Amino acid sequence: MMQAFAFIVRRELRLALRRKGDVLNVLVFFVVVASLFPLGVGPEPNQLRAMAAGVAWIAALLAALLSLPRLFAADYADGTLEQMLVSPQPLAVIVLAKTAAHWLLTGLPLALAAPLIGLQYDLPANALCVLLASLLIGTPVLSLLGAAGAALTLGVRGGGALLGLLVLPLFVPVLVFGAGAVTAALTGINPAAHLSLLGAFLAVSSLVGPWAACAALRVALD
Amino acid sequence: MTSDLFRFAAPQAFFPIAGKLIPWFSILAGLLAIAGLYVAFFVAPTDATQGESYRIIFIHVPAAWMSMFIYVVMAGWAGLGLALNTRLSGMMSSALAPTGAMFTFLALWTGALWGKPTWGTYWVWDARLTSELVLLFLYLGFIALKQAIPDPVRADRAGAILALVGVVNVPIIYFSVQWWNTLHQGASVSLTRAPAMAATMLLGMLLMALAAWMYSIATALARVRTIILERERDAEWVRLQRAAA
Repeated sequence: MMQAFAFIVRRELRLALRRKGDVLNVLVFFVVVASLFPLGVGPEPNQLRAMAAGVAWIAALLAALLSLPRLFAADYADGTLEQMLVSPQPLAVIVLAKTAAHWLLTGLPLALAAPLIGLQYDLPANALCVLLASLLIGTPVLSLLGAAGAALTLGVRGGGALLGLLVLPLFVPVLVFGAGAVTAALTGINPAAHLSLLGAFLAVSSLVGPWAACAALRVALD
Repeated sequence: MTSDLFRFAAPQAFFPIAGKLIPWFSILAGLLAIAGLYVAFFVAPTDATQGESYRIIFIHVPAAWMSMFIYVVMAGWAGLGLALNTRLSGMMSSALAPTGAMFTFLALWTGALWGKPTWGTYWVWDARLTSELVLLFLYLGFIALKQAIPDPVRADRAGAILALVGVVNVPIIYFSVQWWNTLHQGASVSLTRAPAMAATMLLGMLLMALAAWMYSIATALARVRTIILERERDAEWVRLQRAAA
């Protein structure tokens, strides 16, 4: 089972690295969106510092949303997904492996690039660390719940916009606790409570997300 | 007894009984609404602090109540359909969703109209308002997903999964928004009302809530009847019904 998990993660990573553009585009999108906000609201440093966490997190949500349709689409189109469904390995392991690979390819790079955005918004060092930590804990939730959304909209017309309507409301707690942790650090409150709640939400979504994604894949390929 | 009840899980058996029940629930909804509105406008006293504008709660509170309750019922039907593979369950959840979304919108709209004279603003990022707005998004997502999938069986199952994930998330969203709210907005407006409510106010609200309940049942039954007809249009019994009509 662990072998199957490792195999699928390696396969996904190898496939993605063959087409580096797709991975980089999401990262560039994230940086571009975050860089546009100051142009819209003005360069006042205090205002920018106050909104930095929210901007970084919303840009991360949108970037994750952009990358989600690809999670199952290619395997669905060429029939690989069907083979995964009938394979002797539990579907949950396969879904979890694909989700993990998705996080390694989108969530992790976003989290690592976020401190750069924080610098643009004049965040102090401790807030930068909290921003990084909140994204490291929070972005796996986006992959987990997003996998369920991607599976539900598989092969459905108008999938992209529909996916946003389905998963963005479910991302509300991640946004609240993730951005809240940074705001807390800025105002001198200990952000540990926010990060713990974010971790709790990660635990819940690692149960709910793969279950829903598996059920939805079975429905889609019925 | 149980076998009698389960008989109505078949759309064919449920169709006529739903048709017979609709007038009763509609009449009840109408009578309760007339009684509730009479109490609301002519019996209940004017509020000491809010004046006449408080009377909007006779619509607002029942709508907010129904908006949350219907989501839970809808998810319940969806889960039942997923677990037992009954056709009617998915149809019931489809039939409930528009009514639930309508009540959610109504609660937000009347809340905004009440907020302007009372708080001086149409919208505040209060925990209840924000989570009600997210609830509206969840309803719209559910309806959009069902409409986007042409195959009804697949649409029912996909919708059921979404409704179940949503119902797990609703309390988490509520508490996260509540906490976010206390963090961001120290002392702005508070939703806590005047200490006690006059008995007649409560009576009016309960009557209106019951009316909203009856109305929801009547509309859901009417909608489920059209869904049954649409999906079973090629079935023998529908053709016989059409020939008889």
